[in-house]
Parts: sequence; C-alpha cells; structure tokens
Amino acid sequence: MNALISAKNISVIKSGKNILNDVSIDINKNDFITIIGPNGAGKSMLLKCLMGFYKPNIGAIKTKPNLKFGYMPQNLDVIKTIPMKAKLFITIKKKFDKISLKKVISETQIENILDKQLSFLSGGEMQRVLLARSLLNNPELLILDEPAQNLDVSGQTLFYKLLQKIYSKRGLSILMVSHDLHLVMVSTKQVICLSNHICCCGKPQQITNDPKFLSMFGKDMAEVMAVYQHSNKENFENN
Amino acid sequence: MALISGLVGCFVVWRRLSYYGESIAHSSLLGAGIGILIGIGINFGVVFICLLFGILFLWLQQSKALSSDTLLGVLAHFALAVGIIVISFNKIKIDLHAFLFGDILTVSITDIWGMYIGVLIAITLILSNWSSLLLVTLDEDLAKSEGINPLYVNILLTTIMTIVVALSLQIIGLLLITAMLIIPAATARRLVNSPEGMVIVATLIGIFSVVFGIYLSVEMDLPSGPSIVVVSSILFFVSHMFGLIAKNE
Repeated sequence: MNALISAKNISVIKSGKNILNDVSIDINKNDFITIIGPNGAGKSMLLKCLMGFYKPNIGAIKTKPNLKFGYMPQNLDVIKTIPMKAKLFITIKKKFDKISLKKVISETQIENILDKQLSFLSGGEMQRVLLARSLLNNPELLILDEPAQNLDVSGQTLFYKLLQKIYSKRGLSILMVSHDLHLVMVSTKQVICLSNHICCCGKPQQITNDPKFLSMFGKDMAEVMAVYQHSNKENFENN
Repeated sequence: MALISGLVGCFVVWRRLSYYGESIAHSSLLGAGIGILIGIGINFGVVFICLLFGILFLWLQQSKALSSDTLLGVLAHFALAVGIIVISFNKIKIDLHAFLFGDILTVSITDIWGMYIGVLIAITLILSNWSSLLLVTLDEDLAKSEGINPLYVNILLTTIMTIVVALSLQIIGLLLITAMLIIPAATARRLVNSPEGMVIVATLIGIFSVVFGIYLSVEMDLPSGPSIVVVSSILFFVSHMFGLIAKNE
C-alpha cells in the first residue's frame, strides 16, 4: 500500500448527527480527486479528518510518514484589518529556499502583485496568492476547499486552468472540494459524491450517468455535465 | 505599559477582540475583590480570575452553540455582577472610583516592579511566537495545516491580554482599558503597510499618549486614565483626517 492518505470506514458523529458515515477513501500518487455534494454533506469535515485536524469517532486514517501537503483555504477573513503585503503572507512561518519561492511566484503568475496589500487584491489575485503559499514547501499533495467559490465564471475557468497546469507540471496529487464540476471535468480523474456517506464515485463521465448522482443533483445538472462531456470527449479518450 | 499596549492592541484590532478585552476588564473587578477577600492581594487576584475567565471563554467557545459576543456578554456581566457583590461585603475597603477610572497615585514601587516583570514576560512571549500568532490571526485552519495548534496560540494570547489588563488597571481604570489597547493600534492602521510597522507605530503612539496624558494630568490636575485616552483619541482623529485628505488629493 503506497497511498499518501488512506481512510478506512471513518465515521464522525457530532451532537447526535452522523456527519460522516462509513467513508473510505485512498489518495494515491498523481490522483486528482474532486469531492462534490450538497451543503452539510460533510465535505469540509472529511478534509479536516484527512489532514488530521479532527479525529473520527470510528475508523482509521493512515498517512504516509512525513507527507508534505499544502492546504488552500477558501479565503481569509481578516485581510481588511491587518496591513500586510502579499509577499510577506506567502512566506510567514514557512521554510523555503529562494529557488522554490521564485518558481512558485512564476507558476502562479503573481510577480506583479507581490508588493500589493492583501486588502487590495481582487478575488482572483487572492486565490493565486493562497495557492502560491500552499505550494511553497513543494507538497506531494494539494488540498483545496472550494478554491474558486468567490470568483466569477471567467475567473473560475482561469483558476482551474492554472491548477491543471500545475498538476501536470509538478506531478503532485490533488484533493479538492468543488461545486464547479462542469469546469473541472477535463482535469479531474475521479469524482466522489458525498452526502454524509459516499453516494457514488468514479470517473467524471461515469458519474453523470449514475442514478444516484441524478437523484442528488437532478437531471438538469446531469444534462449540463453531458454537454461538457461531449466537448471534452477527445481529451478523455486521449488519456 | 505603553510599550506593551501597542503591541497587544494590534492583535486585538486584527482579530476583532475589543469586546473580549472589555470583558476581561470587567472580570478584573471580581479578581480584585477575591484577591482582597482571600488575602493574596489585588494584582494576583486579578491575574488569577482573568486567566480563569479567558480559559472558561475559550472552552465554552469550542462548542460554537452561541456566538462569541453573546457568550462574552453573559460571562463579562456575570463576573462584573459577582465582583460588585464581593466588593460590597463590609470587610473589603476598596476605592471603587480609583478602580473604575484609574488613579496613578495608588501605584506603589512594588507595583512598578511588578509591571516591569509583566511587560518583559508579555513582550518575550509575543516576539518569540510572532509568526505563529500572525498565522493563526490570518486563518486558523491554515495554521493547523502547517502544524500549529491554534488553541495553544489562543491561550497564549489570552494570557498576554490578561497580563496587560492587570497591569493597566491601576493607571487607566477598568472602564478605559480597552481604549488603551485599540486606539493606538487603530491610529497606526492607516499609516503603515506591514504588521511589524503597525506594531512599532502603535507602540510609539501608546508611549506618547501615556507620557503626554500623565503630564497633562499632573499639570492641570486631571484624572490620569481619561487624560491618556483623550490624548490618544485626538491622535486617532488627526491621523484619520490626514488619511482622508491624502485620499482625496
């Protein structure tokens, strides 16, 4: 077993509610897993368990020794009250060398905004800065929690393109919570539908035909997916 | 005291803890009462009760059933009410007026040494944990993902705030302590572009306010605490006026 993180039959029960129910998940090298699910489905809790912030009531999580992972939160909420340049934010409390800093800065295309105050960054710029910070220690696994939620559609597209580029260049693994499945269809290799338990999982094109997916997200969503699937078909066949 | 209030004040402003500072100040009255009642002295009583208050708050906050400001509103006024009752016991002779508004004449040489030690401890704690404090301030989950325990950092910050409140109580008074924490930091906010810069400027403003405020109180026979707060407030308005003018130009 060479999984980076492997969770076996984990359950989380909090104030009488079953937030996660018998969830098993393996994250392997070079995986690109997207977790989708309705609000309150336990998506963030699953991430917390996998990162070791929260201990599940039942089940076990095995993590590869000395696993280096980078975490990208949705947003920061204090950016208005604290004066700080983007460059300082990226490097606080991080061990890094100059070469990886340079590499990260050019990868995420933030050369021009390094000296800007965090409070003056646009949504897209902020996401790139957060991404840069999570990449600075050359992680084997990148964990993202709804990274593009605060962006408009074109911003989302740009962000996922950037993520795809970093994924294929660095050869790392990605675990992401995202609602923008139609946008990550091309990149992601595996989709997990979570609604306290794992409803269904598989390749994106399989999952849109799954009756459980249809009952969770409705037919409209599946049809939207299907459209994207056609336009992306060549990509998948090449894989 | 002026040295430390600017430093801690920045964290209070960044993390929106001003109501929390207010609450610690409220509970200090109970601390003083209990300190006299059981004979360990005002300062130790204040530190003890305020720490207890802080830890109780952090613990209750974990459940997230109530918002922080509601929780603080309950705890702070409970502590204040019990404090007033304790002080109303006949045995205790305490100058409530000096307590609420601060009276620099009640400070003794021993108190001053206590302040030196307290300030030294608080500054050392903050500087040696500077980047952890900063990261937890920005995002607790991000800090966790990099191996920092936010609970530990929050307890540290609570401890430091408690020390500062206990130290400032005699000079500034219970009602105005929060002002001493947040006004210098808020004044500095517009003038700087880095967290370190904000701390330095806030500290300078704090020192100036305390020195000039006390000078005024001596020269014009005014109460010390309010004089300090008025001086720092004037600086706050001036800096914001300049900020607005600079923006318009």
